[in-house]
Order: sequence, then C-alpha cells, then structure tokens
Amino acid sequence: MYRYDDLDRQMLTDRSNEFRHQAARRLSGEITEDQFKPLRLMNGLYLQLHAYMLRVAIPFGTLSTAQLRRLAWVATTYDKGYGHFTTRTNVQLHWIKLRDAPDILDALAEVGLHAIQTSGNCIRNVTADPYAGATADEVDDPRVWAEAIREWSTVHPEFSYLPRKFKIAVTAAEKDRAAIRSYDIGLHLRRTRDGELSFEVMAGGGQGRTPYLAKTIREHLPASRLLSYLDAILRVYNRAGRRDNIHKARIKILVNSLGVEEFARQVEAEWAQIEAAEVDLPDTELARIRAAFQPQVFDPQPAVSPVFEAAKAADPEFARFARRNVHPHKVPGYAILDISLKAPGETPGDASSAQMETVADLADAYSQGEVRVNYTQNLVLPHVKLADVPAVYARLKEARLATANIDLITDIIACPGLDYCTLANARAIPVAQAIAKRFADPERAEAIGELGIKISGCINACGHHHLGAIGILGVDKKGEEYYQLSLGGSAGADAELARILGPAMSGQSIPDAIETLVETYLAHRQDGERFLDTVRRTGLQPFKEAVYAVAD
Amino acid sequence: MPSLIKLDAGSDQPRALTVQDAFVFVHDEEPIPAACDIVVTLSRLSSEGDDLLASGRRVGVRLQPSEAVEDLAYDLPRLAVVQLVFAKFRDGRPYSSARVLRERLAYQGEVRAVGDVLREQAMHMVRCGFDAFEPADGSSPEQWVAAAYRYRHVYQRAADEREPIHVERAQIASGLGHNRPDEVGA
Repeated sequence: MYRYDDLDRQMLTDRSNEFRHQAARRLSGEITEDQFKPLRLMNGLYLQLHAYMLRVAIPFGTLSTAQLRRLAWVATTYDKGYGHFTTRTNVQLHWIKLRDAPDILDALAEVGLHAIQTSGNCIRNVTADPYAGATADEVDDPRVWAEAIREWSTVHPEFSYLPRKFKIAVTAAEKDRAAIRSYDIGLHLRRTRDGELSFEVMAGGGQGRTPYLAKTIREHLPASRLLSYLDAILRVYNRAGRRDNIHKARIKILVNSLGVEEFARQVEAEWAQIEAAEVDLPDTELARIRAAFQPQVFDPQPAVSPVFEAAKAADPEFARFARRNVHPHKVPGYAILDISLKAPGETPGDASSAQMETVADLADAYSQGEVRVNYTQNLVLPHVKLADVPAVYARLKEARLATANIDLITDIIACPGLDYCTLANARAIPVAQAIAKRFADPERAEAIGELGIKISGCINACGHHHLGAIGILGVDKKGEEYYQLSLGGSAGADAELARILGPAMSGQSIPDAIETLVETYLAHRQDGERFLDTVRRTGLQPFKEAVYAVAD
Repeated sequence: MPSLIKLDAGSDQPRALTVQDAFVFVHDEEPIPAACDIVVTLSRLSSEGDDLLASGRRVGVRLQPSEAVEDLAYDLPRLAVVQLVFAKFRDGRPYSSARVLRERLAYQGEVRAVGDVLREQAMHMVRCGFDAFEPADGSSPEQWVAAAYRYRHVYQRAADEREPIHVERAQIASGLGHNRPDEVGA
C-alpha cells in the first residue's frame, strides 16, 4: 500500500502546525468563530450536539495496521473508546475536546493519518473500490489514480473555497462497489479496445435534498490526462456554481441547470485552454505511485482449501459466514473477507478500540497488514488465504465481529442521526437497531436475501436513503420524529434513486412496516429475484397497498 | 482604510512590505478626480476607459467576483492594477480569476486582493498569482508572509513559481538515490 514519504509527512506536520496556530488565534479571540469555522471544518472538526467530532480521512479506504492501532489508541485516550466508520470511508470520533484536537492531529500524523479536507467546501477525501488490488474484475488498481487525486487536491490553492463540498470516487471494476454515481465526480476506469486505460467521467451526482445520479460528460478520457481534466471541471464549477443559496450550490445543480451537454462543452472548452503538461503527472510519478500499490507476494495456494471446505462442512454457522462474508480473490486460494460492523443491537459502523486492535492483529497475521473500509460501514481484510479463514473467523467471533450478514436486511447503513448530529431531524441508530433485532434470525435474513436498508436522520442523506432498496428518512413532524419510506434505490452499477412509498410514520411502526414490505416481496418474488428486482418489476403499488392497509 | 501589502519581487527570500497606495478607487457615481492614479469598475472602464487611459495617469480596474477577467483581455496591457474583490472570504471565485489573469492572459501588472481578505487565505492568494493585498484583519507584512509560506511543499503547480512535490521527489531520486519511505509509519 501507499506509504507516505518524507515530503508527504512534512505536509502533514505543516498542516498540523498551521491548525495549532489557527486554534490558538481562535482561543485568544484574534479571529471570530465565523472566520474559524471553515478552518476547523477543513481540518475535520465539527461542533456537534454534545461535543466536538473529529472526522479522520481514510484515503480510498485503505488502512495499515499501524494506522488502525493508532485510531484505537486515540479513541481510548481522547474519546470514549470507540470510533464510527462512515459511508464516506472516514472514521469519526464523536467526543473530542477542542483543546485536544491539535495533539490528536499530531498523533495521527505520526502514522500518516490526517483530517485534511474531511469537511468544508473543498475537495473531500477521495474514495475507491474497497476491494481494490484484490478483486479479479478490475482493469487496474484504482488507488493509483485516487492517490494522484489525493495529492493534487490537498491544500489546493484555487479549489479550497468552492461553492460547496466536492467528492470524488474511483472504481476500476465493472461491479461498482464505490457508489460512484452518487458523487460530484464519479470515475470509472476501463481499458479501451487497444488496451489503453481510459476514464468514463461522470459529474453532478449527489444525494441531499435534491438527489441526482451523476451523468457521463466524457466517455473516454485517456487516464494520464485525469488531473488536468479535473482541473477544468473544478474551475468551471468554482466560477459558475451558485453561491447565493447553500441548497443549490452543489455541482449537481449546475450540471442540471445548464444541461449535461452544455456543462460538458464548458468543461471541454476550459480543458482545451489548460496547460495540461503543467498539471498532469509525468509517467515517472505515476510509476512511483503504482509501485507503492504493486501486488503483494502471494504464496501459491491450492484453489480449493481442504481446511476451509472441512470447516464449512462441520459448522453451519461458519458455512453461512463463508457464504455471506467471503468473496473471490484474484489469486486462487485467497479470499476477500468482509467484517460486518452490524452485529445485532450495535450501532452500524461503530467499532470499539479493542475491536480495532483485533482487526489490526488479524490483518498482520493473515491479510498482509492491510485493512479496508467499505462505504457500507464495514471493514475488509483484502488478502486472506482460504485455509486461514476458519482461524480468522474464530478470532472475529470472540470479538463479536463475525456477523454473517453482508448485503442482507440487517447490514443496515445508518448515519449518526439525532443521537449526535446537529443537522438531524430524527434518530437513525435506534431505528436500525430495532430492524436488526426484528430480523436477527440469520436463517430468515438469508432466506430473504440481498436487501439494502439505508437510514438517514435528515435530508442531507448521509445514510444514503435515496440509494436504499428500502430507504428510510427521518423527518420532523411538529416536533416529533417521523420516518418516510422509499423503495427501489441502488448504489451499484444499476444505480437508481429510491421512490417515496407514502406518508411518513412513527419510529415504532417501522419494524412492522419493514416486515410487511418483506412479506409482500416474498409473496411476489419470482425465481432468483432480489427485493430490488421485484420492486422494479412490480412497481411500488403492491408494497404501498400492503403497508398503508396495515397502517390504516 | 486597510494598509497595502505588496510581495517584494526583488528579494530572494519571501518578503513583503507595507507600501503607500498610489491608487484611488472611484465609485461609479463619483466624478473622476484630477491628476491621480485611479481604479474604476468594469462598467466604467468599458464606457470611459479610452479617455481615462489617454489622460496620462495610471488606471486600474476593480472586478466583482461574478465579473470575468476574460472581459479585460484587450485592455489588460494598459491596466496597472487589477483588483479582485473578495465579497466574503468564503467566496473562492477570485482565486480562479487571478490564475486566469496570470497563466492564460499573461498579465504582468499588479493583482490585488481587496475586500474580505484574511491571513488564513494568504497562501492560496499568493499561489494563485496575487501580489498585493489589503488585509481586512490588520495583518502585518511579516505575518502575511509567514502564513503564505508556512508549507514547505506544495502538491500542485499554480500561478507562482513553486514546483510540486513530485518534481522535488524526482530531484531527490536523481541526486540522492531514492527517498526511502518510512517503514515504521504509514
């Protein structure tokens, strides 16, 4: 994996010193809170309901074990002993004191972690396929390009005060595991017929109160021209994006008000005038980054592991774990192993310091020292020998990390909601917990099959409710928490926005309503259909009738 | 009236000085004062520019964030200063305007930041090609320069002379073998 060199580390030190200076100026009253706010936000520091929250960047979701252990240490030392992994593959510490923030940033910088640009109206932490470098279906390691973007976008002099936040995601596999069409810019790397790497560039995606899927503005961009093309998009947006209304300031509004053809034309016109050679990385630098992501050495393994097969035959629970959480690796005899942070009764995405330590130990012993964060708020061990999976499973089980529910009804995405967040209208975590409890029987969950429930505590949509097969949105109805259901959303290659089912309902009604939706699906399901497929085939009507007939 | 800070182009080290502002900004409704250097709005420059420039004084223009620097193209060689207004420090449009002025339109005159101009943005401004500043926060030239050059490295080229980190890396690699990554850290 990419390791920061001296120059990268000096950037972090300088950033940390700058923030220490700015925080001191704020504390002495030299600058106002209004002036300080964007500065602390660009260093990941939010003021929430009960305390400061620090959002630490995990570029392209890749963590070393030293980094994960340091996060565990910071959570123990400065917080309440846990961290929350987010839908942007960042980690949030929810109980931070402002006076500790500079020390925490120093401690993180020692292992190459930082909170740079995890908030604010700037280019945010770049995300990528969590299976990068491990999956057989990619044409290149997308992190090579994501790291190039990380460097280009860090402390960018021109693009640090954009109209609004700006998020970029990269995938190089046909199966989109990074939800790229929900991003301001989504980049899909492919090989052209003559073998050249080329990006499909999509722009204008985003969730929030006006959700849009990103639209293609260029089918084929030679990969080596990526940064100059991004420069052109950002310049058009920085100059033309709306600044008079925060709700209309994202690039999605610009793209859709101009029309995608006109937006693309403006980008091309700008790009034609950019001195691309000044911006695009030379091949030598791309080669340096690529070398950092070179595949590890994999010991040759038999494609079928007798140990793994025997464990499956002996233990049905392990067999379920193998079905749900273990995925094919590009190297025979290896597996990609998902670690669910969705144990029944737990907060989706939360991991205790002890759990982080366990995962770090397992990664060192069995996964070449690498851990990934998935936007689904789960962790990944990307390079596990099939023969080692039973041993990994046993340790995960002890740490309550062996929940076999990846992509099932209990693998719920939820934002922190009104339990933490100042923006929220309603709580998200207790709703997720109530649903998970209702469907806690793993056999039943597996019989229901793939079903993504996504919960946001407000219209900002951090819980991706627009992209849920079942989306749940918390709304405020005369001071009470209500929840609006929507159906049919997807974040993958078949991305689609969910449609609202009907009037909002109370939190207590939600588990019953989900139950009704599931029963309706099972009654209508045809061979091999996922919940999403059935909804798409039948439309909302049968589901609507079932849910609101019961409610009446 | 904020003081005017200018980067000292003649110095080897980054340096800035407080200078006397020779220019008077003339609002659209005000008459043009006699015999002094002036800065006018874009609309006044469009309507009266030729007369003003013919009067033997130095003339500059003040652009609002929504006004495009490209509209100045033909007048640029004759303009002594382009003032770019930061209506709010959060409004980042003038950074793009400054870069286009310097890098695309090759403007050599003074590019001055006016309005809500704060020290925290000094580096961004300098890197985008501003060389004169009217800080709204009372920053001294020393404080301004310290903030503008706090980072030892930069990751990208802009309108200043600084080379990005990958160029430094290549130099280190060619001169000193290679820059070994830290195996302990990450």
